[in-house]
Amino acid sequence: MTLKDLVQELGLEVRAGGSALETEVGGGYAGDLLSDVIAHGRPGDLWVTLQTHPNTVAVASLKGLAGIVLVNGRQPEADTLQKAEAENVVVLVSALPTFELVGRLYGLGLSGMRT
Amino acid sequence: MKLRADLHIHTCLSPCADRDMSPPAVVRWGRKRGLHVIAVCDHNSAENVEAAIRAAEGAGLAVIGGMEITSREEVHVLGLFKDDRALQSAQEVVYENLRGENVPETFGEQLVMNERGEVVRHNSRLLIGATALSLEEVVQTVHRLGGLAIAAHVDRPRFSLISQLGFVPAGLGLDGVEVCSDEPPAVPEDLAVIRSSDAHRPEEIGCRYTRFLVERPTASEIGMALHRMDGRRVLS
Repeated sequence: MTLKDLVQELGLEVRAGGSALETEVGGGYAGDLLSDVIAHGRPGDLWVTLQTHPNTVAVASLKGLAGIVLVNGRQPEADTLQKAEAENVVVLVSALPTFELVGRLYGLGLSGMRT
Repeated sequence: MKLRADLHIHTCLSPCADRDMSPPAVVRWGRKRGLHVIAVCDHNSAENVEAAIRAAEGAGLAVIGGMEITSREEVHVLGLFKDDRALQSAQEVVYENLRGENVPETFGEQLVMNERGEVVRHNSRLLIGATALSLEEVVQTVHRLGGLAIAAHVDRPRFSLISQLGFVPAGLGLDGVEVCSDEPPAVPEDLAVIRSSDAHRPEEIGCRYTRFLVERPTASEIGMALHRMDGRRVLS
């Protein structure tokens, strides 16, 4: 499943990294503490969070995440967008709250576990 | 002069602090612990600073007015200010960006006291909450008012810059970071490191402190020490 598929299925808004939507998504991780995502995020994960700070982009890059989805319609900060474009990190926005979004992602076949 | 400073002390205005943390008690314990300087830093409020300054008059203990501001990422930042005007301006910005009402039964009472430790009023704001200000906006606000911005307890797993945002963002412009352990923190080497108690109970006051080499016990001098200016510096 690619980011593009998820954007279409869930009506996500693409805010940055639009040229990288063919990226394959391997699983998902949800969390708002960046220290936790640094510790537990895995390459290829789609990261569901409410944090809009520019550091999120660095964490996504560092961990090789597939992309970031902001929940509750939260919009990224201007610096975040700038950084995301520069580093080609995908930033998406969903109007849904975390619980609902993660549930739908799971329903589409994404898992938080890797075997 | 070498000064012992504990720059992060709560009073009974913080809902999570002991009722015994009245402004005069904080001053009394500060002296008892052999401190020369303390900073009163309640959560998102500075309404007990004036009482602490008055309580310390003639006591041989300098009180710096400050606040522990919560950014919207839930990062705690100490803002230390040089005078009451700057402190009041910072207070206004924080209050404009802080929503909600305190629930004393759940979070604790928020007592504003006078210098004799008598309750003057209860603060009804949700001081334990997060402001709508980003971390950058908090630091910018403090600096615009001539204050010092220090990331609080960066080595703690909760409400710290490192726990919330993973690492110190480039160009943030902090004046220093505060730690609660003896381990060197995971921050850029050029950032000054201070130790303070984050006391919520009287006996915690001065359990950690920082020694400064400065000319006077003021926020300006401490700022110079954090930036190693004109011979001022952090000793340990």
